[in-house]
Amino acid sequence: MAHIIGGLTSSHIPAVGNAIAKELFDEPYWKPFFEGYPPIREWLSRNKPDVAINIYNDHGLGFFLDCMPTFAIGAAHEYRNEDEGWGIPQLPPFPGDPKLSWHIIESMVEDHFDITSCQELAVDHGFTVPMQLFWPGAPSNPDMPRVVPISANTVQHPIPTLQRALDFGKALRKALLSYPEDVSILVLGTGGLSHQLDGERAGFINKDFDKMCMEKIVTDPEALAKISRMELVEKAGAQGTEFLMWMMMRGALGESVNPLHSNYHIPISNTGAGTMLLECAA
Amino acid sequence: MDRESVRFDPHTTIEGTTIFDGSQAMKGYALNKMCYSFNSADNRDEFVADPEAYFTKFGLNDEQKQACRNKNVLEMIAAGGNIYYLAKFAGIYKLDVQDVGAQQTGMTKQQFQEKLKSAGD
Repeated sequence: MAHIIGGLTSSHIPAVGNAIAKELFDEPYWKPFFEGYPPIREWLSRNKPDVAINIYNDHGLGFFLDCMPTFAIGAAHEYRNEDEGWGIPQLPPFPGDPKLSWHIIESMVEDHFDITSCQELAVDHGFTVPMQLFWPGAPSNPDMPRVVPISANTVQHPIPTLQRALDFGKALRKALLSYPEDVSILVLGTGGLSHQLDGERAGFINKDFDKMCMEKIVTDPEALAKISRMELVEKAGAQGTEFLMWMMMRGALGESVNPLHSNYHIPISNTGAGTMLLECAA
Repeated sequence: MDRESVRFDPHTTIEGTTIFDGSQAMKGYALNKMCYSFNSADNRDEFVADPEAYFTKFGLNDEQKQACRNKNVLEMIAAGGNIYYLAKFAGIYKLDVQDVGAQQTGMTKQQFQEKLKSAGD
């Protein structure tokens, strides 16, 4: 049977994609951010997941406002990265696992989550930047896992509630654990933490709130699920709503997790950047 | 129906923040659709060659056209723009999210970067 080995979180800021392309790893601005990743890569090289479920939010590449799915699951053989309009280098396609995708879709819908299935899905920086951070050279890294992208809407309100995001993760866990093949699975929750790009409040970052989220995501995600969406906008910033992806990831890990590594740095671009490795209890 | 009785996710007033909801999405549809088209290099070239013709092609209203001519992000948001799509418009003019932040807050880029940095103190 399939088993879940753990979860990773990472910000997915586009500027990171450019910094990787220019190899700015040791520049004073970037060093405190990139230093958060080698311990996770070391863990990955020992644990080598077969599949990565990448929970991210599309920012206007895969989806537009004509049809905006609240929860979308990729069901493709590969996922293309395309031009996003402002110049981060495009990557080759990422390998999918459509058999697992359809298993997840079947199980989620059986469990009353009405999701959108995508046989074609262009994945943007929200998906690719964390992959590059965790698997340098992605998708050409020899340890590259197959991927299943899951995107939740944070572009347009109403966005999902934090409770729904956590519950989605729990249903995802049920789906993954019922997969009959012997595969090891890693779940990524990408995006955040606090940031706001638009309006007179642009540049808002909330270190105390981010730190609280990083603590409670380990110990008490149920408490975070009680935060309302407007409270999340107020405390995490308009785009800090990406924290929903962390909630979805956390729900998939089960009750108890072991926080093996954590890094937080302000600012990367306009964002408080949080990186975590949560190992599932054996 | 009594509007007061069907308020879901009631919006709180958050200073300097526009909640991009259904009413904003409807208002800004043409503007956002134009900006979404900038994912394609051919479309970016077509826009740069003749912005006014491109505005007309996507059916922008006068407020949206003027906001774009002014390259004014707050005006574009007021006209229904969503920042994720507006970022693609800004990219054509080589403006990054810190240029955009500085413009919206009335700061120089350097001042805006200092503000971001100070959030870590």
